[in-house]
Parts: sequence; C-alpha cells; structure tokens
Amino acid sequence: MGLSGLDIYKLLPKTNCRECGFVTCLAFAMQLAKRQVSSEKCPYLSDEAKRTLESASRPPIKLITIGEGDGKLEIGNETVMFRHEEKFHHPCGLGFIIEDNLGDKEISETIKKINALNFERVGCMLRPDLIAIRQNGNTDRFVQAVKAVREQTSMNLMLMSKDFKAQQEALKLVSSARPLVYCLDKDNYQEFSSLISEFKVPVVVCAQDLSGLSEITQNLINQGIEDIVLDTGKKATTEKIWEMTQIRRLSLFRSQRSLGFPSLVIVENRADPFQETLTAITYIAKYAGIVLISGNETWEALALLTLRQNIYTDPQKPLCVEPKIYPVGNVNNNSPVLITTNFSLTYYTVLGEVEASKVPSYIVASDTEGMSVLTAWAAEKFTAETIAATLDKCNIKDSVSHRRLIIPGYVAVLSGELEERSGWQIIVGPKEASGIPSFLKNL
Amino acid sequence: MGIELIYQKWSGKINEVTIGSESKAVKIGGQNSLPFLFKEGGLPNRPRIAFEIWDVPPQDWPDELRRPYGGVLEDVIKWAERCQEEYKAEIICVRLLGAHPDLGNKPSAEEARLVELLLQKVAVPLIILGCGDDQKDNELMPVCCQAARGKRCLVGSAVQDNYRTLTAAVLADGHNIIAESPIDINIAKQLNILISDMGLAQDRIVINPTVGALGYGLEYAYSIMERARLAALSGDKMLAMPFICFVGQESWRAKEAKALETEFPQWGPQRERGIIWEAATAVAFLQSGADILVMRHPESVNCVRDYINVNYQDVDS
Ligand code: SF4
Repeated sequence: MGLSGLDIYKLLPKTNCRECGFVTCLAFAMQLAKRQVSSEKCPYLSDEAKRTLESASRPPIKLITIGEGDGKLEIGNETVMFRHEEKFHHPCGLGFIIEDNLGDKEISETIKKINALNFERVGCMLRPDLIAIRQNGNTDRFVQAVKAVREQTSMNLMLMSKDFKAQQEALKLVSSARPLVYCLDKDNYQEFSSLISEFKVPVVVCAQDLSGLSEITQNLINQGIEDIVLDTGKKATTEKIWEMTQIRRLSLFRSQRSLGFPSLVIVENRADPFQETLTAITYIAKYAGIVLISGNETWEALALLTLRQNIYTDPQKPLCVEPKIYPVGNVNNNSPVLITTNFSLTYYTVLGEVEASKVPSYIVASDTEGMSVLTAWAAEKFTAETIAATLDKCNIKDSVSHRRLIIPGYVAVLSGELEERSGWQIIVGPKEASGIPSFLKNL
Repeated sequence: MGIELIYQKWSGKINEVTIGSESKAVKIGGQNSLPFLFKEGGLPNRPRIAFEIWDVPPQDWPDELRRPYGGVLEDVIKWAERCQEEYKAEIICVRLLGAHPDLGNKPSAEEARLVELLLQKVAVPLIILGCGDDQKDNELMPVCCQAARGKRCLVGSAVQDNYRTLTAAVLADGHNIIAESPIDINIAKQLNILISDMGLAQDRIVINPTVGALGYGLEYAYSIMERARLAALSGDKMLAMPFICFVGQESWRAKEAKALETEFPQWGPQRERGIIWEAATAVAFLQSGADILVMRHPESVNCVRDYINVNYQDVDS
C-alpha cells in the first residue's frame, strides 16, 4: 500500500544489472508496486530500502500480538470502518486493572474472580484477555505483584509503570510471556525504547493528541520498534470516539503508518460501574483494540464480552451448527423430536430450554444456511419440503419408534403440508423457546 | 508532525421529526453526521427515551421489572403518571395489547377513550402502538388516532403488508407514523416510499428496524442501521428517517436479563444483570444511530439518560 513504482525506483540501486530477471530497475520497481514479485529478487537492496519496502507492504493497521500460546491476544489488522463492508477481524481484548498496592491476599482473590469469568454463548467460550498490573508505590512491590499475578493466571499481562527499573525487573521475570508494556510517552520514550528493543515486547505509546502520538511512533518505527498500541489518554467519550474514528480513517484511507496500530482505551469509573460498562460498550463498538476496565463484576464482563461477540461476528457468515440430529439427555426410542434451524443462536436457545426441561429429547437442526426460523421460512429455506427432506436425510426414524414431530410455533402454518409430505404427525410447539420446558413436560 | 484530520462531508440529512404538541413537544433526528461525531456536522437533537406501558397488566415480565411499577401495573393511567412524575419520562409509549383478540379483545372505542384520558393526564408526548393483530389494529388505530387528533403522536406500526389504513389515519389526524421492516434495508426503503406516496410528509415517518437484544442478533439491526444511515447521509431521502428501537421489549426476553441467580449461578446477581442488559443494548444502538429508545426498567433508563446527557452536554435540549 502507498508506494508507487517511482517511489520504489528511487530506493533501488539503479544499476540495471538484470539479476532480478528484469531488464531495468524501473521495470522491477513497477512489478514491485503491483506486488507481482518479491523484493528479495534484488540482491543489492540497502537495509533502509528493505525496511521501507517491508513497512509499505504491511497492512494499514498492524496486527499486534500480546502474550503467547493458545490464549494470546491478537488485535489490529482491521480493514473497514463499518462491519457490513467486510467484517471486523480481531475481537478487541478485554482487560482488568489490578493495583499493586493491594495486599497479596486481595490480589489472589481478584485474580480468582477474574479467572472465573468464562461464559459459554452460542457454542463459543467467551473470556477476558488481559490483566494489567499498575504501579502505585515502590519498585520492589510492583515486581512482586507482577510475579504474583503471573503465578496465578495464564491470562496475558500488561505492565503499567513509568519506573524504568520496575519495568526492567518485571520484564526480566515475564518477558517470555510477551506482556504489553504501558506506556511510552514524550518524556520517557527515548530512555524506554532500549528496554523494548532488548525484551522484544509490544508497547503502548501514549500522547494527548494524534500529532504527539505520531511523533513518538515514527521515532520508534525508525528504531525498528513496530509492535505498538496507541493511547490518547483520558478524555470525554465523544472526544475519544472522534479520535478513534480518525485513527482508523487515517490508517485506512491515507496509509498513515505512524497511526497504523490498534488503540487501547482505559475506562475507569469505580463510583459508577453501570456508566463504566456503558462507556466500555461504546469503545467495543467503535474501534478499540483493547478496553481496560476496573470493575470485575460478572454482569459487567458478561455484557461486554457478549457485545464483542456480536460486533465481531462475520456479517457474511452467520454462526451455524452442523445440520444433524442432536440427542439431549438420556434419550430412548420414545423421546420427543423437535425440529429447528441450524442458526447457532436459534439452536443453542432451543438446546438450553430442552436441557432445562430435563425431558430427554432429540433436536434436529435443519440446514437453513444459518437463518433463524422466521427468516428461513420467509426465504423458503424452512418449508414443508425442506423439513421433510431433512427428516429423510438424517434418518431420525431409525432413532425413534414414534412419528411425532414438534415444529416451532412460528411456522404452525406448515403443519398440514408437512404432515402430507413427511408422513409424520405434526405437533405445533411454542413460539418462543422459553415456552419449551413447560411444553415438553406437559406433552 | 502535524496530522491533517479526515472530515467527511455529507450531502444528506436526517429528517427532523416533531412528536407531541405545545411546550412539551420533542424533536428527534435532524443530524447530518454519524452518531457522536459532533466535530463533523450537526447533531441538533439528543436521542430520547420513551417508557413503555401496557393497557393490560403484563404477565410475563420478570419480578425485577415489575418491582418499580408495584401497584400501578393494573392501571395504565397511574402507570403513566408514575413514569412521568417519578421517573421523569420524556415520552410515554402505550401498547394497546388488551385489544388483541386473544388478550381480552377490548373494544376499540374503549381504547380510544383510554388514549383521550392519557392525553389529559400526561403532558409528555405519546407513542401509541396497536395490539399486533392486523385486522383488529385496522379498526382500532383509526379511532385512537382520531381521539388524539392534533396531538402529533407517533403511531405504529405500519408494515409492508398493512400500511394503508394506518397511514390514512395518521394523515387525517396529524400524527407521525412508525414504519416497521424486518431487519431489511430494502423493505424499509420500500415502505417509506409507499407511505410517502399516500401523501404523508417524509418528516412524519420514523423507521423501526426491528432490533434484537444484546446477544440475540443485535448485530443484524446494528449493521442495517449503519447502512441506512450512511445511505441517508449520502443523499437517499427515502432512508433519511430517524430510528425508533424497541430495546426494552427485546432485552427483557433475553435469558441473561431475566434468569434468576439460582438458575445460572455463574452469571451472578440478576438485578444488575437485567438492568445492564437493557442499558447496554440501548447504548450499542446509540452507536448505530438510534433516535428513540423504547425502554422498560427505570434504572436502565437512568443509566442511558445519564450517558446521553454527558455526551450531549454541549447541545441544547
Ligand atoms: S537486481 Fe536490483 S539492481 Fe539489478 S536490475 Fe534488478 S532491481 Fe536493479
């Protein structure tokens, strides 16, 4: 992105030696600009030229990895302003701030609470990604706290301290876990950049405005530090939305390298956890790469993780389950058979209610290409014909000795035709899944 | 290094719709900018919250939601008064569910008298919703519109297969209309065209994009709203209507909002969970352009109202 053939030509040796397979350096440059060849074909590129070409070929918003292993957090590499234009690619990280001046026991209790914040929704596990340890007192206490947190959680870490010594000692302990360092600002970045280069960890750059940010990041990029996350500090929500929108626009539309990184927002409102949650909701929707909060209540985490799942769902590919028979509980050949769609949300909602009913049953998920009951019915993906075909194909008749099928209340109109086509007796179930337990119990 | 910001200039503008009459009238819409981007254009009217009330006592509302309305759920007038006086409602949205053939089949004339009484007792603007049965609504809504003649209510809902009777009534008695489409931008636009073709002014139409709750398909309507808003700001007049989002109705169907802690211990206490579920759904839709949020729990309303007031503090109300 960004560089024209002529821009690239200026970086080449201009000797026309032909070793790249092209007659002239210019011809090679033109192909490079179209990304038809790799720059490695020219053996005479200077290091500076290599770096420029490499950074020009990276995506407009760099992918940043925090942590390592299965639970690592990857953010950035976003390509659009609005999810319908393609999709949002890398779900923003959710993290919690822990103060290092809490007692060891309190820290343990907080971590225990955070570790327990796992929720299963629509077949996916939702969990937060980060714990940030913030320095309040002396160096030793910070290092101790980092050590304690590291020992008690596998979650990714963030080190919040402007004390060089504290960062250095903490990084010696945990740099293999690729923690995120917070933060470099205009006063300390010259000094801290050596630390970042030495330990090769991602870093947050903080400045009050975009020009200030850009100045620091450009400096770091020149030093080869490119695992950067941006923070514009604490300010009013609307101001933040504006800045995050600008950062996204400038990196996507103008290939502004110095801002081509994900952003981090700290949302702290201990006095009003509801407002803290609502502010965090805002940034999950509008372009944050990481949202850090101070509260760790279950309801707050559940709401934020659910919104993240919603916003980062691929709009072109609804979440589906495999179309097949799902036995629920200890089924036998007399168990009821319910049919629904293979849209994950529908299926899991029905599954939850069938489980709650404690009546062992079969759920048949019909292939509606991931549409919900009413949408699929309107689009003719959930009709007497398709349902009859599904019953045939999945061989449910081998699993039960009866021929009674429960259909969703919303498609009651299908009963007659479906009975004719399938030979099954049709029982109209409730419209809403929440009616399933009492329906099954009274069957 | 100076950074030159990117300003997007739009040729289109969302229609400004006035709901209610006299001093308590409320204006919505009128923006020529995406939500909260105050530096890029005008957002003259803050989003508004309407309290949803019913003419019959709701059977399926969870206890947490019934508690704030203790003693008034049986009496819609008292219910409305509580919303207005205690909870400082800016708009009240009455759903005439009792007229539904399966839910009491109240005669239309009785409902019209109720609307008249509400208008006497309640000073804030009124949203009037039918019972959801097309046939009954086509008889019910014209008499209710007439009873509220000149009060410039917002009345719903017109749908693609049933919009004529309601549009004619709204037109005759000087109200605004809710045009409801099933999470479909083409149907939304088509319906706006059909309604306008009958002679109703474009600034009398509000789009109901049929939202889902947090965790229950929220993202579908969210993106439909973003697409419609972008189209409107780019000049498509047939999508340049404000949005009304029925957030309360959807949120309180979610298990996460209504399940007791005893059922799902891993979800923690129900009270905060229910309140935040509705409030979070509302705030998510504010990001995609909601102009009216129809909500239920007074605590959720408080949270969202605080959020709006803080973020719109530089705009006159
Ligand atoms: S190999 Fe390099 S120097 Fe030689 S012609 Fe190709 S681009 Fe030019």
